[in-house]
Amino acid sequence: MTELRQRIQDVIEKEPVAVFMKGTPQFVMCGNSDRVLRALREAGAPVTGVDVLADPAIRQELSEISGWPTIPQVFVKGELIGGADITQELAASGELTRVLEEKLGPDYRSSAGERTVSLLTPA
Amino acid sequence: MASIGRVPTQPLQNLLEQAFPDATELSVEDRTGGGDHFQVTVASPRFAGLALIDQHRLVNEALAEPLRDGTIHELRIKTKGTE
Repeated sequence: MTELRQRIQDVIEKEPVAVFMKGTPQFVMCGNSDRVLRALREAGAPVTGVDVLADPAIRQELSEISGWPTIPQVFVKGELIGGADITQELAASGELTRVLEEKLGPDYRSSAGERTVSLLTPA
Repeated sequence: MASIGRVPTQPLQNLLEQAFPDATELSVEDRTGGGDHFQVTVASPRFAGLALIDQHRLVNEALAEPLRDGTIHELRIKTKGTE
């Protein structure tokens, strides 16, 4: 496994909510990435952002891992939830909150916060 | 000769019709008029019993080529069952 793929895998498995997006939570660069952040913020979710624009290889390796061709991609506790459409639909139906509570615990909001992880320098 | 007036949605429509021949609803909309931001809506019995993410996977697979070659810059998907 390439080192980059290993680092991507680590983020997916270690972060409560990993969001592979264009830009960062502070500087969103694309509509669908913004839609995902809004849905997650509404649900009070912790967010760990990874900017796929930092290196084109990230998107390539990520899609090979997840089998999902587009960006953004949201993982909760290592499991792909989907992209913007699904994350928004789950948020609208209240299902997103249920999934977050089930996987992160009912008090997940208390540890909520947003940070950005760079894959280029070893985490 | 570049095909003048070729509708950007037509190739996507064809791919989806092949993948979902029994769709009861199937539409491709050029959301921004720029020919690369699309809204796709599909209602098909193929989605019956599938989780939302797996329904969307089927649509992504049908549009794998235009997604890979950059024809599609942004894709929005709406799937519906038919029951």
